[in-house]
Amino acid sequence: MISPANYVALAAILFVIGGVGVLVRRNALVVFMCVELMLNAVNLAFVAFARLHGDLTGQVIAFFVMVVAAAEVVVGLAILTSIFRARRSASVDDANLLKY
Amino acid sequence: MTGSLAGALAGTVTHAAAVTTLPAVGVQRLAWLLLAFPTAGATILLLGGRRTNAWGHLVGCAMSLAAFGYGVIAFAAMLGYPAGQRGREVQVYTWIPAIGRFHANIGLLLDPLSICFVLLITGVGSLIHIYSIGYMSHDPERRRFFGYLNLFITAMLLLVLADNYVALYAGWEGVGLASYLLIGFWQFKPAAAVAAKKAFVANRVGDAGLSLGIMLMFATFGSVSFAGVFSAAHQASATTITAIGLLLLLGACGKSAQLPLQSWLLDAMEGPTPVSALIHAATMVTAGVYLIVRSAPIFNLSANARLLVTIVGAATLLFGAIIGCAKDDIKKALAGSTMSQIGYMMLAAGLGPAGYALAIAHLLSHGFFKAGLFLGAGSVKHAMNDDVDMRRFGGLATAMKITFVTFTFGYLAIIGVPPFSGFFTKDPIIEAAFDQGGTSGAILGTAALIGAGITGFYMTRVLLLTFTGKRRWEDDRHPHEVSTVMTSPMVILAIGSLGAGGFLMIANRLIGFLRPVVGTPPPSHGFFAPLSWLTLALVLVGAGIAWVMYSRREVPVTAPRGSFVTVAARKDLYGDALNESLLMRPGQWLTRLAVYFDNRGLDGIVNTIAATMGGLSGRVRRVQTGFVRSYALSMLVGALLLVGALLLVQL
Repeated sequence: MISPANYVALAAILFVIGGVGVLVRRNALVVFMCVELMLNAVNLAFVAFARLHGDLTGQVIAFFVMVVAAAEVVVGLAILTSIFRARRSASVDDANLLKY
Repeated sequence: MTGSLAGALAGTVTHAAAVTTLPAVGVQRLAWLLLAFPTAGATILLLGGRRTNAWGHLVGCAMSLAAFGYGVIAFAAMLGYPAGQRGREVQVYTWIPAIGRFHANIGLLLDPLSICFVLLITGVGSLIHIYSIGYMSHDPERRRFFGYLNLFITAMLLLVLADNYVALYAGWEGVGLASYLLIGFWQFKPAAAVAAKKAFVANRVGDAGLSLGIMLMFATFGSVSFAGVFSAAHQASATTITAIGLLLLLGACGKSAQLPLQSWLLDAMEGPTPVSALIHAATMVTAGVYLIVRSAPIFNLSANARLLVTIVGAATLLFGAIIGCAKDDIKKALAGSTMSQIGYMMLAAGLGPAGYALAIAHLLSHGFFKAGLFLGAGSVKHAMNDDVDMRRFGGLATAMKITFVTFTFGYLAIIGVPPFSGFFTKDPIIEAAFDQGGTSGAILGTAALIGAGITGFYMTRVLLLTFTGKRRWEDDRHPHEVSTVMTSPMVILAIGSLGAGGFLMIANRLIGFLRPVVGTPPPSHGFFAPLSWLTLALVLVGAGIAWVMYSRREVPVTAPRGSFVTVAARKDLYGDALNESLLMRPGQWLTRLAVYFDNRGLDGIVNTIAATMGGLSGRVRRVQTGFVRSYALSMLVGALLLVGALLLVQL
């Protein structure tokens, strides 16, 4: 059996990649994908620990996260589509009207 | 004044206060009708609106005449009682039911003093009502005018009929209100509106004095009824009595336009002329004299308060007379003379039992001749297209014969030529002042004597400038005698000017009548004592000077510059300037200071806090850039901090 430390390490790496992606990329679609990466990194950690402890709670939470992520993507992509239609751009830096 | 004299006077008081009032019987039980008639008139006219326009003035006159009619009946009933039982009380209703020991009834007091005033107010008042029918015939608001006149009569009657100081105060305030409404009747004229406000404010100062006096009475005696206060007056300390007396004097000064609250009276000439007649002859200015005489038991106990009353009276009688000499406005000259004559009454009232009856006698005869003079001035004004400048009159005697004759009667009465009224009522006051003895008596008497001479001068001046000499009016004026409805009241008042003084004073008729209320004056010297001749001589000298100045010489149509005395008198002897510099300007400075402090101090603190907050948040909001990625970074940092903190606690 592979050591749980490996799973946690993989989850951490994936989370950091996702986080950096959210911060540095301008394309909203890519930002979304990075968010997915972060969520799935967390899921991986949940499942790994659930397996380690022989408890199903972590796995159930992973399902919840997937459902919420799916809903979030639906709403997010809808907003993204309408912004793109209006502005011909998917850059998150261009949509900055809601400010001081 | 010596202590023994004061003691002797105090003795008189107890005697006067010992006369108890009995409940009214018979026709006198209907005394509330006196108030009901004019109240009904005012209510109908003021609430009836335009529907009453056509006949409103008739209702006003009828109500005033009805009150006069009842007054005569009540007077006749009073004469039927023996002298000691003429004070009759009528309980109208309970105003404030008993709270502990205190209760207040509205009661009317019919006694020789109040009935004198009732007859004067309703009698002369009715004549002025009738005159107003003609005078105001072209005014679209005539109905409202009559409503106010009736209101004035009501308030004045309540003032003189009340059997306690609180009800008196209600009437007192009502008089102030009615005078405000009437002086400012032509409120479209800014001068009239300002004059009305001035009268109201000056009166408020006096009213404050009266109300404080009443409160002090209540605190001292636990009662505000005349009977309760007067019967307990001798138990109070001398200081308290003097304080009450001075506060009452302040009230009287306000209503009677005495120094130092005289300034409103001359401006009050902005009102329609019948109003001036009503204020000066029958109502309003007589209220102060009434208050002093009614409060005789209090003033009898305080020589100091009485001394101040006489000083105020003497100062005002000279003050008013000097102003009267310089005014070219016929109404203002007469207003100065009113101040002067009321000064005589105050002087007499301040002399104590020696003068109370004389003050009332002069007040009654003054009511006739001053009303007559004012109504005469009103018809002159009417004939001259509302011009009041005497320098543009002249030679009106031929154009307005009835007015000229009635005005002359009033003139002879006011300067005190026998057998006209003034001679019988003014000379005894001068005598009584001298009889007071001591330095004060000599000073007061001399002031009154000089005042008589000045009166002779300025009244002759008014008469000569208006009715005799060359015609100085412009060609478009067509002076004519006024209608009968205006001349007949003037004729009646002229008869009063001729006969009233002699009727009241010969054989001590009025003095004897008033004795139960105000005590017994010392016997008079008779009407043709040496002092009377001296007074008459001074009056003739004054009249002669006026004749030389205004009849022998040409009268310029525009007023010459005049000496500094004339200039001062034209400016009301700087009374307004004094008020302005002593009261108005400091008041303005005070309010400006308060406004400054409010703006810079109180508002300053609040505004600074608000500005600081605004500036701070203006800077803080720059954090909201609108860039999603920076928000994401701040969320990440926040999350890391949170996790870090949790870990720190756990470890």
